[in-house]
Amino acid sequence: MHKSIRRKNLALHLMVLPAIILVFIFNYIPLFGIVIAFQDFVPAKGLFGDQEWVGLENFRFLFELPQTKQVIINTIVIALAKAIVGLIIPIIVALMLNSLRKQGLRSGIQTLIYLPHFISWVIISSILIDILSPSTGIINQFLMQIGIEPVYFLGEPKYFRMTLVVSDLWKEFGYGSILYYAAMQGINPELYEASDIDGANKLRKIWHITLPGIRMIIVLLGLLSLGNILNAGFDQVFNLYNIQVLETGDILDTYIYQLAFGTNLNYSLATAASLLKSIISFVLISMAYYLSYKYADYRMF
Amino acid sequence: MIIRKKRVSILTIINITILISLALLCVLPFANMLAMSFSSKEAIDEGIITFFPLGLNVDAYKYILSKDAFWQSLKISLIRVAFGVPLNVIIAIITAYPLAKESKKFKTRTIYVWILFFTLLFSGGIIPWYFLLHKLNMLNNMSALILPGAVPVFSIIILINFFRRIPKELEEAAIMDGANHWQILFKIYVPLSVASIATITLFSLVWHWNSWFDGMLLMHDPSKYPLQTYLQQILIETDTSLNQYKGNPEFSFLGNKSARAAGVIISIIPIVIAFPFVQRHFKKGLVLGSVKE
Repeated sequence: MHKSIRRKNLALHLMVLPAIILVFIFNYIPLFGIVIAFQDFVPAKGLFGDQEWVGLENFRFLFELPQTKQVIINTIVIALAKAIVGLIIPIIVALMLNSLRKQGLRSGIQTLIYLPHFISWVIISSILIDILSPSTGIINQFLMQIGIEPVYFLGEPKYFRMTLVVSDLWKEFGYGSILYYAAMQGINPELYEASDIDGANKLRKIWHITLPGIRMIIVLLGLLSLGNILNAGFDQVFNLYNIQVLETGDILDTYIYQLAFGTNLNYSLATAASLLKSIISFVLISMAYYLSYKYADYRMF
Repeated sequence: MIIRKKRVSILTIINITILISLALLCVLPFANMLAMSFSSKEAIDEGIITFFPLGLNVDAYKYILSKDAFWQSLKISLIRVAFGVPLNVIIAIITAYPLAKESKKFKTRTIYVWILFFTLLFSGGIIPWYFLLHKLNMLNNMSALILPGAVPVFSIIILINFFRRIPKELEEAAIMDGANHWQILFKIYVPLSVASIATITLFSLVWHWNSWFDGMLLMHDPSKYPLQTYLQQILIETDTSLNQYKGNPEFSFLGNKSARAAGVIISIIPIVIAFPFVQRHFKKGLVLGSVKE
């Protein structure tokens, strides 16, 4: 009997094995490479080669660089702004979708608004570069028609963050609204019927029934986006930024990339920055999961 | 039967107007690109293209389609999708099945789940990862675009949650009939999970098709760039001065806006085509998998 149970479970172990092996190679072995952050890494000697150890020197130097502080500020400001509008707008859109009676119209609108989510930032950025162009872009053409001076959305530091936040919102709000809309479908219809009898109007129903009904998913998505506060969107920034907007647009991930693979090729410095980011992110994400487990009763698996 | 008079309140009209405007807002930029791709260079230079092409022609498409680099990168992308997506989906299915078992029945489950889950929480960062692939001789090799991302942890979690909703009785009956785990998985679980599997297939398809960064970082030979990396080089690098060290002037589409627009349109065609087929499943699968009871 025991033997048969063990043999039965052997199949289960075998099924997990490929994933465990791949994850071990490509996710766990690189963890040992974190030592690069404490070395003066010379690529020619190879990973795990005989490198010179420098202790915390890379971290000290990192914080002596004037850009580092600015990059951290940029990252948090951009990510926080994205998290806030990315939480509120999809809820409003989901509420609007929820109050539509015509199903055909609703799914038509849904399809169109979440299409941009599936297009890469390379393509979206290329579109943005064209439509935001101060000379020929359609947006500035429109602004000029109504008598406003052309705005260099991607070239002026004071507009760049706003451009990032709005374009990210444009790309992702439809996708977010689907999640909220789906959660609204789970609300017991009797609650609405009861409030009809009480003579509640639409807005009161939204405030007293719909929003409390999706409270959990709001808390959950909010917490998870706070856990991502150091991820301001590498794909987007990398494809949209340029030398003029570095002061407001450079974020941790692009900074790390340029330290390592840009003109500097300072792998140790980049790994030190990357390690700091990983550690802080780890704490934040773990906290987010823990809090959503505790207060939203959310278990991922 | 009471026939109620249909009342359309002002609120409803405002609501519908805003929603339709939002929907238009999401597609008009693509419509602008579409119009641009069919327009003549002169009309674009004057900056008057809105949503209808001016000086209708297909030169931009001819131009792109005549480029060997385009076809080469398309080939790389298709190979990547052809191998990468099935690999992702198969690994997700066979990994999710054992992990959906209760810990009582499969004791090591919890350890395995944490090994996978931890990769979402912490990573060694891009530099050690790059040098590992270097050490494994995977740079400039297609396997680097497929193997490192072969385990889709998020999709596995979606599938685990879906598998757990399948009634245990089905499995118990199959065991009585002498079925083993592989048979239970592929004869019972998989056919009952079409919506979820379609969802994770879509995720994987979109991910592989849209990935450009790994191609740029890991493929040193431009002839091994996948489509999105090739497009990144011709559409973006030429425009932003920051990353030009890698930009290849031969690729440059700068100043040819209709060719740029045609590139955009060509690259989103597969997604627009795949979309309606998976969309029904997708909504269902995503919602069931991501929200636990």
